[in-house]
Amino acid sequence: MSTNNKLVLVIGSTSDIARATVKEFAQNGYSFILAARNPEQAERDAKDIAIRFSVECFVKELDVAKLETHTAFVDSLSALPEIVICVAGYLGNQELAQADTIEAEKILVTNFNGCISILSPLAERMKQRGSGCIIGISSVAGDRGRASNFYYGSAKAGFTAYLSGLRQYLGQFGVSVLTVKPGFVATKMTKGLPLPKPLTALPEEVAKDMFRAYTKGTSVLYTRWFWRYIMLIVKLVPEFIFKKVKM
Amino acid sequence: MKISNWGNFPVVDVQVDSVSTIPEIQSSVLESVECIARGLGRCYGDSALAAKIIDMQGLNRILSFDPQTGIVECEAGVSLKDLIDVFLPKGWFLPVTPGTKFVTVGGAIASDVHGKNHHKVGSFSSHTLSFTLLTENGEILFCSDNQNKEIFHATFGGMGLTGIILTAKVQLKPVETAFIAQETVKVKNLEHMIEVFEQSEPFTYSVAWTDILSSGSSLGRGVMIRGEHATLDQLNEKQKLTPFTIPKKPTVTLPFYLPQFVLNSLTVMAFNALYFGKTPAGTNKSIVDYDSFFYPLDIVHQWNRGYGKRGFTQYQFVIPKESGLNALREIYTAIQQSGQGSFLVVLKLFGEQEGILNFPKRGYTLALDFAIKPQLFPLLDALDEIVKKYDGRLYLTKDVRMSKDMFDFGYPQRELFETIKKTTNVTGRFSSLQAKRLGL
Repeated sequence: MSTNNKLVLVIGSTSDIARATVKEFAQNGYSFILAARNPEQAERDAKDIAIRFSVECFVKELDVAKLETHTAFVDSLSALPEIVICVAGYLGNQELAQADTIEAEKILVTNFNGCISILSPLAERMKQRGSGCIIGISSVAGDRGRASNFYYGSAKAGFTAYLSGLRQYLGQFGVSVLTVKPGFVATKMTKGLPLPKPLTALPEEVAKDMFRAYTKGTSVLYTRWFWRYIMLIVKLVPEFIFKKVKM
Repeated sequence: MKISNWGNFPVVDVQVDSVSTIPEIQSSVLESVECIARGLGRCYGDSALAAKIIDMQGLNRILSFDPQTGIVECEAGVSLKDLIDVFLPKGWFLPVTPGTKFVTVGGAIASDVHGKNHHKVGSFSSHTLSFTLLTENGEILFCSDNQNKEIFHATFGGMGLTGIILTAKVQLKPVETAFIAQETVKVKNLEHMIEVFEQSEPFTYSVAWTDILSSGSSLGRGVMIRGEHATLDQLNEKQKLTPFTIPKKPTVTLPFYLPQFVLNSLTVMAFNALYFGKTPAGTNKSIVDYDSFFYPLDIVHQWNRGYGKRGFTQYQFVIPKESGLNALREIYTAIQQSGQGSFLVVLKLFGEQEGILNFPKRGYTLALDFAIKPQLFPLLDALDEIVKKYDGRLYLTKDVRMSKDMFDFGYPQRELFETIKKTTNVTGRFSSLQAKRLGL
């Protein structure tokens, strides 16, 4: 497998955060492989990026939840990208997940098993090559389980732990890992939720923060920045109090 | 959520659904009782307001571009600014542009916007080759001069009532530089203005700023601004190196609403005197960048807040060319007698225009901004009577208050429009506050 030091693989490329991230990296001259479950939609995004930024942009079909297809997907890549950004995610419905294991499993597979399954073979190849960066979009929801969304939260907690371990594992081989923890972001995924406006970021802000963190070699990025402190407080609340709080 | 268009009047509390893909729009339309598409909200009044607004800004992909022909295909939420930013460096410019680049392609079609070159090349519709349209039952129609021809033509200026424009093919035009060779002509009164417009017909672009408050022998004085795309050899040595790069201008945002008294007839009069005074006599030539020539107001983001919290409206009409002098004189005089100044007054001579609900027709169009206050509406009603007397009509994109009568009078093809509209919008699912007011 050849290598391309300005190539980015985006997993889950049709999400709003992914679209904004691609634009941010495209402005800086990167080319892309957009991996998405819906290749027709990704094709439209790809054309747009190629025309706007005069960069190459390819589409490959990928369903993060279909774990059995992942090795073949990685094998089929014509070049090993310099950067892999995993934006795939599924918020799901907490109440439904509590009543229905299918929904619970979908949340876990999309946010945890699937992401690990696709990132692991890529990580191995980057390790062999001795360079690269893996960017995983986790969530502040993974910092502490809360009654309102602990299926999503626990999957993201698992993903955060995976990225942390991966960072330690790959550091000595020249591969870096960036964990991105967005707070509230106004996207399709959160449409209809009553998000407090002052705390809610636009996907473009998340993308800008992410690119800056990538260039600086940051390990864990909270975006907007204040979520680091909000979550610190949330984590510090003693369990005997936390269990009585409605969140 | 609370929302208004550019005039900040009226403000309504309605559902806003932001979409970024065609399937999302389909389901949003199918589950709504009444909806209207909205782009950047630069119409002034209530055209893009309804019980449910479909916010199209996320549907903004450029899908293809042919560097041989200059034909671009894009989704409806792409803004004219995007098109300039992407294609001007490749030597292509918008065939027609309104006075702001913050409008979407979908909005430009629905309003059939016109520009300073209308007398030469017609409106935005004249350069739109085809589009796809979502009907109220979720079907997607391809519309062009060959397919669904009637719907194609009814959608230009159709204010979003025939359906939701999803994608469009637009013909861009080749330019050598990002600059305009501009000429300004100081004009001493209305008679002189008409004369200068006649002389300016050969120019690609022409528009005049006019002082609404001066009277007597200088009634209708102003400044004609006309121009051509500058060729490479017209640029100075420095500009020649990067002919598609223009100097970066700082943009400012008006951070809050100014109190309404800031723009009153005294300040307008003072501003006009100053502006007119600083314009050198006779004809003056210069090379200016496209931003200063086409979009002088875009530099101040949210300039609409300058009219105060109660908002403002723009009154724009067109009257046939032969009545120009008399009609304009009557309008100017009526405004002066009302004591309500208008800060931004722009005059333009349109060329011929075919269409169904399209606004332009051969003649003079005048656009005036007014702050919203109770005394305004009787004045506008009185202006309507003058416009009617001279067989004119008002621009739907600017309108927020015209009566159904005034609309029926100005748009004799409304029945044809309604017949065509019924083929794609059978139950009237696509509707706006304006459409309801006008019984459309």
